[in-house]
Amino acid sequence: MALKRDIITSAIGILVLTLFLGILYPLVITGISQVAFPGNADGQKVYVNGKLVGSKIIGQNFALQVVKNGKPVVDKNGNPVTVPDPRYFQTRPSATVPHNNAAATTFSNLGPNNVATEQAIAANIKAYLALEKQYDAGLSSANVPVDAANTSASGIDPDISLANADIQAHRIAAVRHLPMSTVLHMVSQYTTGRGLGFSGEPGVDVLQLNLALDRTTGGQA
Amino acid sequence: MTFLGWLTIFLFVVILTALAMPLGRYMGTVYAGERTLLDPLFLTPERLFYKIMRVNPHREQDWKAYAKSLIIFSVFGWLLLYFILRTQTLWNWTGLNPQGFHSAPWNVTFNTTSSFVTNTNWQYYGGETTMSYFSQMAGLTVQNFLSAGVGIAVAVALIRGIIGRSGKSIGNFWFDLIRTVLWVLTPIAFVVALILVFQGSIQNFSHYASFNGPTGLANQLAMGPVASQEAIKELGTNGGGFFNTNSAHPFENPTGFTNLLEMLSVLIIPAALVFMYGKMVGNRRQGYAIYATMMVMFLGAVCVAYIAEAHGSPAQHAAGLHTQVIAGSTGGNMEGKEQRFGIAGSALFDVVTTVTSCGAVNSAIESYTGIGGAVPMGNLSASEVIFGGVGTGLYSILLYVLLAVFIGGLMVGRTPEYLGKKIEAREIKLVAIGLLITPLAALFATALATASHLGRQSISAAATGPQGFSESLYAYLSQANNNGSAFAGYTGFIQPTAGSIGSHGITFANLLGGSTMLFARFAPILFALAVAGTLAGKKVSPAGLGTMRTDNATFVILLIGVIVLVGALTFFPALLLGPIVQGLTTHLY
Repeated sequence: MALKRDIITSAIGILVLTLFLGILYPLVITGISQVAFPGNADGQKVYVNGKLVGSKIIGQNFALQVVKNGKPVVDKNGNPVTVPDPRYFQTRPSATVPHNNAAATTFSNLGPNNVATEQAIAANIKAYLALEKQYDAGLSSANVPVDAANTSASGIDPDISLANADIQAHRIAAVRHLPMSTVLHMVSQYTTGRGLGFSGEPGVDVLQLNLALDRTTGGQA
Repeated sequence: MTFLGWLTIFLFVVILTALAMPLGRYMGTVYAGERTLLDPLFLTPERLFYKIMRVNPHREQDWKAYAKSLIIFSVFGWLLLYFILRTQTLWNWTGLNPQGFHSAPWNVTFNTTSSFVTNTNWQYYGGETTMSYFSQMAGLTVQNFLSAGVGIAVAVALIRGIIGRSGKSIGNFWFDLIRTVLWVLTPIAFVVALILVFQGSIQNFSHYASFNGPTGLANQLAMGPVASQEAIKELGTNGGGFFNTNSAHPFENPTGFTNLLEMLSVLIIPAALVFMYGKMVGNRRQGYAIYATMMVMFLGAVCVAYIAEAHGSPAQHAAGLHTQVIAGSTGGNMEGKEQRFGIAGSALFDVVTTVTSCGAVNSAIESYTGIGGAVPMGNLSASEVIFGGVGTGLYSILLYVLLAVFIGGLMVGRTPEYLGKKIEAREIKLVAIGLLITPLAALFATALATASHLGRQSISAAATGPQGFSESLYAYLSQANNNGSAFAGYTGFIQPTAGSIGSHGITFANLLGGSTMLFARFAPILFALAVAGTLAGKKVSPAGLGTMRTDNATFVILLIGVIVLVGALTFFPALLLGPIVQGLTTHLY
């Protein structure tokens, strides 16, 4: 008898609890969120001239599609081959395919003592120096900030470190013909602080900074 | 390492303790059925649940009846979840599958279902490429609540056994479950979810948003009801991410503040339960002793992890990267870590979620340094008693307490007793088996997976040398301890495109992992309830001169010794082969 009662209670219980916790609870949270914080609940989308260009808190790849004979070049897996756009601050390395894919995030899962890791980091340092060194002669692998050479966890880290932004500022100032002080001022405008003043690290939001640069110089180099 | 990094760790502990103490007192009144502030809100729904479910909450259950209700309820939970996940496209009419994702194959679903019902939340799938919103809400979120409720119920039942004054009853399972859901989990999850959205987590049912960035590259933003699931994922020490990169994803964990909030959500209930325990046994010092034990081990783990990660990895140094703190950068091992959390916020999160059975991650554990990676494995080796999962942590450490009392009794030559109850052969047998199940399951499964062809196909290509062994060891340590964090290169699901068409699961890894989780969850629960049952019937004898005290520093040291000894003896050889050997060398494999 007790067994039968447990079975009936369990069967009914799992269904009503699913209605309560699985349907009602998320619906109520969604309802309140959409009314109280609509921008956040929808992902802090950013529009330029009415067109969606991303989310304030999702990092993306500021690179140009490589075109050969009028056709976009793709790698052997069909993913676009790109080169960094020198007009823009660049986000951190990403392990997603393609880079900064915000619909399929992944870690690099590279181990601390693996040759593959060393090669990946060395390649990232090389790419960083290739892009930045011509604008910042003193730059060498010894002062490449770690966040510029290591992949982020989410693959869509929206932020870069202040040290990283300061180095890239040389390139932005040169390419966009802006005074260095203007660029650094804009960097500081889009730097987020620590939670409650102590939790986490400051970071520079790359998308918002780049869009501000476009507004300043009309998207032209 | 930075001053602010250490300050974060210090303030976290202070805030946690300050919040957990009142919550523990509150929970004590909830399970005693006494009046609380939230009664006007929940008494009516509570009665309604009992009525619909045909439960008499006042019917006392002995341990066998309690266990039977718990197991049958879990079986039904398992069946419904498996059904929902396997029939994902059947629910398209709800509009909650905007991407039209198909179900994952049967073997992956077996693993996932077992994972969420056991509070593990091990994930071979990536959330945003596999699960519909309906599966996430009606399937996974529900088990996030219920598996947490089941764990807490067992802890409450064991406490009732310890304080029971003759008789067999250890309470009523349905009463404990419904009270946990209504009075504890729902209200806190509600508040945390809304704070998360306020800080930038998303909560919607929209299509994924396609866009072209400023340079013209095409991309897509994954969407969904994230905050509601994120809140209970942390609070119930579940850890199953809405997205593949879990709490590293900016939509799950948008700011340094939410990182702090999520860590507090993970530890608040396990910590509060310890204070609740002190209140329920009528001697707060018993709770403080256990809290001190947990906190000492927790802080040790945090310090080692922070120092190791701040130092950087051999691969970084070999590539020519400098990892010390410079102006504008914290340095350290930033491979697989987010800028907004930094080294301290990542290392602390890692320890918080691996001492508990949470297993959420805000950084890639596989990319931690050798010693940094040995810390979460060491935490898992301690069988989730350093705070542990909601409920599971308390009932597991109470088994260790009984073992420590027994060993202490042997050393001083007295009949061991705990809170006036004699600890005899029957209890010690149950305790010993209950405590050994998890480590044995972990080691057995690891051995099977590393020794066989079928197991090795899950190891990622980049994980050469000891890293490959670490991946396997971590996978089964995590699943046996119902943790769910991973050296995530270890794979059981091959998914060429989003939505599971053309995908297949690695049957061996899915079945071995799934059955390990089920076994190592429910077998210890049965032993814990059996201990509760035998203790409930024991007479209480007054404490005498020869009674060993269990609320002072000596006992805390003894208890830490017993936990470390059992964990170290069981896992030391395995840990040496994987993470420790990497931590001791700068050699690259």
